[in-house]
Amino acid sequence: MASSDTVTSSEYISHHLTNLTFGYHEASESWRFVNTDPSHGEVIMPGDFGFWAIHVDTMLWSVGLGILFLWLFRSVAKKATSGVPGGTQNFIETIIEFVDDNVKGIFHHKNPVIAPLSLTIFVWIFLMNLMDLVPIDWVPYVAAQMGIGYMKIVPTTDPNATLGMAFSVFFLIIYYSIKQKGVSGFLAELSLQPMGKWMIPFNLFLEVVGLLAKPISLALRLFGNMYAGEMIFILIALLPFWAQWVLSVPWAIFHILVITLQAFIFMVLTIVYLAMAHDDH
Amino acid sequence: MNINITIIGQAIAFFIFVVFCMKYVWPPITAALAERKKKIAEGLDAADRAERDLQLAQEKATENMRKGKEEAAAIIEQANKRANQIIDEAKEKALEEANRVKAAKEAELEQEVNQAREALRAQVATLALAGAEKVLEASIDEKAHAQLVEKLAAEL
Repeated sequence: MASSDTVTSSEYISHHLTNLTFGYHEASESWRFVNTDPSHGEVIMPGDFGFWAIHVDTMLWSVGLGILFLWLFRSVAKKATSGVPGGTQNFIETIIEFVDDNVKGIFHHKNPVIAPLSLTIFVWIFLMNLMDLVPIDWVPYVAAQMGIGYMKIVPTTDPNATLGMAFSVFFLIIYYSIKQKGVSGFLAELSLQPMGKWMIPFNLFLEVVGLLAKPISLALRLFGNMYAGEMIFILIALLPFWAQWVLSVPWAIFHILVITLQAFIFMVLTIVYLAMAHDDH
Repeated sequence: MNINITIIGQAIAFFIFVVFCMKYVWPPITAALAERKKKIAEGLDAADRAERDLQLAQEKATENMRKGKEEAAAIIEQANKRANQIIDEAKEKALEEANRVKAAKEAELEQEVNQAREALRAQVATLALAGAEKVLEASIDEKAHAQLVEKLAAEL
């Protein structure tokens, strides 16, 4: 597909990196889908939209995978037995115990939100990352046949998805910090360390940067890893079809490690940040 | 790579998923896990107890067996003793009975002999008298003869 005459390499790459964006197009003052191809009518680049645009593919795939996750786990939870577990229950229990062990090892306060939150993060991000292993042309090709020009199926290669989750975690960090220590306690934590009360502006600057760095690093680490992985799959797909497997198979196998590891890191850092929010310093 | 309202959509979806997970997924599964843990602990406990019970029962059984054997031996010994005693008693009784019967028979025999002797003596006397009567016929004094014969019979 990559070497076909009508599509250049750069067009192929940019096509694969364009989200199916739907939003308010200020130039034409109307709601439009993105279109980078002049042969399909008026060109509307992704950058032409303002804030009021939505990545339809990111939303559909992430919500779909989230529902898949909850449906699978809920169907097991409904039939959960304390007797001999079946195959699916065994598998789900393994994941739950893995998450529970991690939470118990890091988070020592009583909070019923943390463990389910961690489970959701881990499994949801894992499933979203897993879409990276679907050969990159399959779904976009099917979508193109159905008249949909763009389809990025890996939600975690969209910074909106990772930032959305990271800022939710950030919100929880602020919420539990204040709930645990009170507004004054939280402000004191931000302003009275590490240098003592004569250096309040400096302390405040340092701590606020540190606080804001948490969600940003959380989001960009996941996004960067997945985006880079996706990018390499796209580049490999530019090779002649008979040579692609030489690179794509080892990369995919390596990527199995990356997608699991990134989901795990996101989960563990979330637990760590929330544990820090609960701790008094 | 544009930041847009997708970020808010993702946050909302994330929030809903977490709440659903917290309400409907996590509690039933962890409850099942905790219950299984309890069951296994109870099972292991019961196994331990059963093993202890088994050991006790075995000890008891051995003890009972030993006691039973002892009792059986005692009973057999007693029975043997009793049997010997019974045999001795029976022997003694039989001997006594035999002696008694023998004495009675001897006495009877002696009496019969005496009777026979008496009868014989009387018959001999009569016979001798009758013989003498035939031999001597009328001339002889009956009284003197009777005395003579009587004397003869007494000497028999």
